[in-house]
Amino acid sequence: MTSPAANTLPQTLEVRDAVKSYGDVKALQGVSMTIAPGQFMALLGPNGAGKSTLFQLLSGLFVPDAGAISICGEDFLNKPTVGLAKIGVVFQQPTLDLDLSVTGNMRFHASLHGLGRAGRARIAPLLAQVGLAGSEDKICRTLSGGNRRKVELARALLHQPALLLMDEATVGLDPQSRTTLMALVKGLCRDQGLSVLWATHLVNEAEQADRVYVLHRGKQLIEGTPEGVTAASGCATLEEAFLKMTVPPPGVPGAGGKPTEKSA
Amino acid sequence: MRAGHALEALGAISFRELRKFMQQRSRLLSALVRPLLWLVVFAAGFRNVFGVAVIEPYSSFIEYQVYVAPGLLGMICLFNGIQSSLAMVYDREMGMMRLLLTAPLPRAWLLASKLVAGTLLSLVQCYAFLIVCALFGVDLPWIGWLYALPALLLGGLMLGALGLLLSVYIKQIENFASTMNFVIFPMFFMSSALYPLWKLKESGAEWLYWVASVNPFTHMVELTRFAMYEQLNITSLAVVAGSATVFFVWAAYGYDPQRGMLKKRAQA
Repeated sequence: MTSPAANTLPQTLEVRDAVKSYGDVKALQGVSMTIAPGQFMALLGPNGAGKSTLFQLLSGLFVPDAGAISICGEDFLNKPTVGLAKIGVVFQQPTLDLDLSVTGNMRFHASLHGLGRAGRARIAPLLAQVGLAGSEDKICRTLSGGNRRKVELARALLHQPALLLMDEATVGLDPQSRTTLMALVKGLCRDQGLSVLWATHLVNEAEQADRVYVLHRGKQLIEGTPEGVTAASGCATLEEAFLKMTVPPPGVPGAGGKPTEKSA
Repeated sequence: MRAGHALEALGAISFRELRKFMQQRSRLLSALVRPLLWLVVFAAGFRNVFGVAVIEPYSSFIEYQVYVAPGLLGMICLFNGIQSSLAMVYDREMGMMRLLLTAPLPRAWLLASKLVAGTLLSLVQCYAFLIVCALFGVDLPWIGWLYALPALLLGGLMLGALGLLLSVYIKQIENFASTMNFVIFPMFFMSSALYPLWKLKESGAEWLYWVASVNPFTHMVELTRFAMYEQLNITSLAVVAGSATVFFVWAAYGYDPQRGMLKKRAQA
């Protein structure tokens, strides 16, 4: 895939017309998305909008039925291992080995990515960067939920990815931990040119992003800056705009729940 | 895929499984107690019921305990292989599996690493059991400990690959009990683990004899039995190697994001 614009860096992420169905359920119906280097994109959508499905495609767990995905200009569907090396993921579900120390978890990840000695040397500075200096040898089970997430963030950054995927990473965290996590990730965008896709259903998190992508029923509703999206909907705040856009259509009882993603 | 990277990942995955296993003392204990019960209780009761005639690879009359030992080694690998698949299902539900699958390595290699790691656990348990056998005075040739290693390795890989394959199709942990009933017990009982196959034929259970003769588990046990006496059972080797390949390729296919079974269901 070559871009006609020759003088620009390849986009960190390019999704074109991604379609994904589970049986009869259409989870994604032609989703396109572009994230530039250093851009913080919030993926906003009610439960069941297709956020998780999109993340499953972007983390290589599944492939789309149709469409294309490229990461840093490389075709992700044909060369998934090239793309996976450039993606860091923090999953919604906790994925730490709780019986292992913080460093132990990091080292396991380093080995999975084949980082060798250089990767292991990055562990301590990274932990310090996310505010976990002094906790290196703690067993993860003893950490608070907020600190476990920080370990997962540090782990996702260990192989120096170009794109960080945060899959509703703040779910279940207290407000303080949420704020810290957001500040950390925004700092990385600003200082290190990391691109971020941050899925959430919390509007106040989306407000802090460079751009907002509103996903609803497996389709893009709108994409733009938080201010732009707000203005385009004619509302005063992004929250109102979001509620207005994702209101269940009349005649569909209970819509807005989880109709699209899981067939129950 | 760089070789260094692939080996580093294999090492890390294997080490993690071994460490987890060592932390669960009860698992090692139950892995030993299960075959031990067979060896001590079952074998004691059957010692006089079965007169094991001289059959290959044995050169003389043997005690029933000696006959059943390779079968119990097979049982250890069978249980461990299935237990590893349970761990896969658990990891999938808990999200750990997703972390593993985002490693920038071909998925088949990640599955193979899991398989090797699980097989190492089988071997650890097998040798722990051989020590127990020696303590109980079961008369197995010492050199057989060495010769059995490749047989147990290959057999362990086959049963682990079977476990991998099952983990594609077992949707939830709750279904594990039925797996036990429908896979472990038939495989174990319809095999040469507990009685020589000619005994089945002699007692008129012709169909059982045929089922047991094609059961890959029978061949894993026979491969081990022959290896213990420094003999190579070519047929068994072919069946075990062939089955291991088929099970693994099938499982890898099931885990393939493009085609596999997993594709058909949504995961949160």
